[in-house]
Amino acid sequence: MNTTTFSIIAAAVGLVVLACAHWLAVDYFFFAGYTILQFVVLATAWNILGGYCGYVNFGTAAFFALGAYSSVFMHKTFPLPIPLLIVFGAVVSGIVGLGMGYLTLRLRGAFFSIATLAMAVVFQTLVVNWDYVGGSRGAYIIHPENFEFGPLKVHYIEYLFVLMLALAVIALVTARTIERSQLGYGFATIRDDELAAEACGVPTLRLKLIATTLSGAFMGMAGAPFPYYIGYVQPQSAFALDYAVNSIAMPMIGGTTSWVGPLVGSILLGSAQQYATVTISSAVNLLIVGLMLVAFVIIAPNGLIGLVQERGRAWRKP
Amino acid sequence: MSALLHVDNISKRFGGFVALDGIDLEVQPGERLGLIGPNGSGKSTLVNCICGTLQNEAGNVQFDGHKMDGLAAHQRTHRGLARSFQLPRPFHSMTLADNLRIPLLYTVRARAGLLHSAGDLDARCAELLTMFSLDKKASHRPRDLTQVEMRKLELARAMAAEPKLLIADESMAGLSHSEIDDILALLVRLNETGITIILIEHIMSAVMSFSQRLAVLVSGKKIADGKPEDVVRDPEVVRAYIGQ
Amino acid sequence: MDFNLLINAIIAGLLLGGFYAAVSAGIAIAFGMLDIVNIAHPAFVILGSYIAYTVNINLGVDPIVVSILALPAFYALGAFIYQVYYLSFEKRGQEALRGLAFFFGLLFITEVTLLLVFGADYRYVEAAYIGPSIHVGQFELPLRMLVPCVVALALFGAIQLFVTRTFIGRAIMAVSQDQLALQLMAADPIRIKRIAFAISIATASIAGALLIVIQPVEPSVGRDYIGRVFAICVLGGLGSMPGTLVAAILIGVVESLTATFYGPSWAPAVSFGFLLLTLAVRPAGLMGR
Repeated sequence: MNTTTFSIIAAAVGLVVLACAHWLAVDYFFFAGYTILQFVVLATAWNILGGYCGYVNFGTAAFFALGAYSSVFMHKTFPLPIPLLIVFGAVVSGIVGLGMGYLTLRLRGAFFSIATLAMAVVFQTLVVNWDYVGGSRGAYIIHPENFEFGPLKVHYIEYLFVLMLALAVIALVTARTIERSQLGYGFATIRDDELAAEACGVPTLRLKLIATTLSGAFMGMAGAPFPYYIGYVQPQSAFALDYAVNSIAMPMIGGTTSWVGPLVGSILLGSAQQYATVTISSAVNLLIVGLMLVAFVIIAPNGLIGLVQERGRAWRKP
Repeated sequence: MSALLHVDNISKRFGGFVALDGIDLEVQPGERLGLIGPNGSGKSTLVNCICGTLQNEAGNVQFDGHKMDGLAAHQRTHRGLARSFQLPRPFHSMTLADNLRIPLLYTVRARAGLLHSAGDLDARCAELLTMFSLDKKASHRPRDLTQVEMRKLELARAMAAEPKLLIADESMAGLSHSEIDDILALLVRLNETGITIILIEHIMSAVMSFSQRLAVLVSGKKIADGKPEDVVRDPEVVRAYIGQ
Repeated sequence: MDFNLLINAIIAGLLLGGFYAAVSAGIAIAFGMLDIVNIAHPAFVILGSYIAYTVNINLGVDPIVVSILALPAFYALGAFIYQVYYLSFEKRGQEALRGLAFFFGLLFITEVTLLLVFGADYRYVEAAYIGPSIHVGQFELPLRMLVPCVVALALFGAIQLFVTRTFIGRAIMAVSQDQLALQLMAADPIRIKRIAFAISIATASIAGALLIVIQPVEPSVGRDYIGRVFAICVLGGLGSMPGTLVAAILIGVVESLTATFYGPSWAPAVSFGFLLLTLAVRPAGLMGR
């Protein structure tokens, strides 16, 4: 199935989801759905660098928060419609991703991961001390109750839901396209054996920089609408390590070698967390994530996709 | 005729340990050079410095008339320098065919622009697989290969980059006599098509029959460099080996 | 410039740095010698804090004494975790991605379990030396910082002695440098690594008690330390205990000075900034191999 066909199918699925949600017209569904779709984008973005190239980024929160705070910044300076904010967030986080990559990608495995953690804290500290966007006191973003576009009038949360749905579709299509392209092959060689990749003529640094830029850009896109969703942004929550653990756990549980893994992982884990928040408490969320991450990483290293593939292979053997 | 590869007084240290101490080496186009030396003498370090996997501290490397200093490994591969690894390093998540496609995509096509179509690359891939008798396992993963096949894959992948100079780093360790002959015959055939080859080996019979010239490395220094029959009679060389 | 303020800040920094060394000791062993990126270590330190707190509050035992009594339990925990880590990842050669994710998961499991059991309130312990200070001239040495610093240095000294004088200790140094050679000496490298990792987790018990003596603790406090301890270990040079100590004190002093003169909200950037600088300029650290 080529990219165009897949894009059309993905868009169609998205429209079906949207139609059902619109018909249901339950605000809670939009709130919960937005969170899960946000995870789809974050997990897919993380997987481009983590799953495809094998470089574990602990700084997801930083890129996400940068997207959110560029929206806060623009809100105070020159209000823009959210789709433009998404583009702006992508550019900011993409550039930061490029810069971070340039500084840290020469480091081997574990050092790279620790460096990403360090950068996340440095950015958090910078934002905490930047009063224009609220600093540690936080910033309030008030949004209108409804979104109106010509004859169309929906609750604002539905508008945000649609935006995130569109982002999720774009992210998935991008990931799949990369996976099947020469770029994707190059990424896989970096993951399998970077030294051998160089010896074969793969420009590993350049490819890794592309991966960090793309990954960062998508995370920034996911963060850009966040202030409008949550209403009140403060560094403590925007930069929370929770984003890192989720964006790592979801692809690892779903499977890191393909675009399907992060999708499956984020829907599963995201829904489980929503359910836990409503029925037990929101603290239990991270316990679930931690337990599932550890369990899957030990028992099913290739995630759910890996389990399915093995089942398929075992079933096919006579 | 100027040398294809010119290694000029390169040195490399790891902390306090001197791995290479002022090595000079020249390889002429089309030549078959053998490189021998005891374990730990610096052969692999030399290869790594020539190919750019490691950066040498002093001296320089010239290949095909160009200075290689500061060039990353992939750039040197693009210029025509290829190597196989002592311990095979295949791309485990890919099939054999895809393993070969990587250098075809990233080196050959990068060099020639879009002169090569996908069909051309596929054909070349099939050709290499057949040449190295790996065609039956083309859609298998490296984990399904035998030792010999892994070594052949290493060489095939290096060849896929269409190099001018191929460095074969201990491709024959642990193989049986007939397997060694297989690989030797392959290398000779490759050389006959014009590819310069540096063979790094411990198996003396293979080295002697293959090499037109022989260089000997001991403790990071080159102690001999000349015709194979002369080198093996060099007292210093004999001492280095008997002393093992 | 207020000279008094400067000296007090430096003294506080030195004492703090000593404590940081205790927290980093575990990572110096796990990451520096065994190449295990145990980012869950700070969570185990917090676990140690809560154990010290529980026994202290209920039985009135001195927190540091509690932590010493808890050493066998932490040692066993460490041995168990290493065994799981080894069988699941090291053996299969998948430490890079999966091992990291494993410890990340453990970090959250530990932290949230503590949160669910103890709640998010800050907890603190009671001990004779929390409160009073020694005055040397016009300078102040708070005992609640001095005692942990002294204990930390003792801990460091003990580890350094162990690693240089005992057979197992030297085997641990050997396994970090050449696993094959160790095997040829008929010592089981897996057992040696398990012992080393168990020791690294055991240090968390003591470090935890020291932490809750210095400051009140709540479950997410550990997160501040993740980057800090790695910064210290990388700066000090992986595998060098003396280097780690020097780096810890250095970072303690710089953080203290930053907090005093620029405000505490800038302090986190210090250690992380240091880390990035070290990684960029001299990844081998001050005294690395």
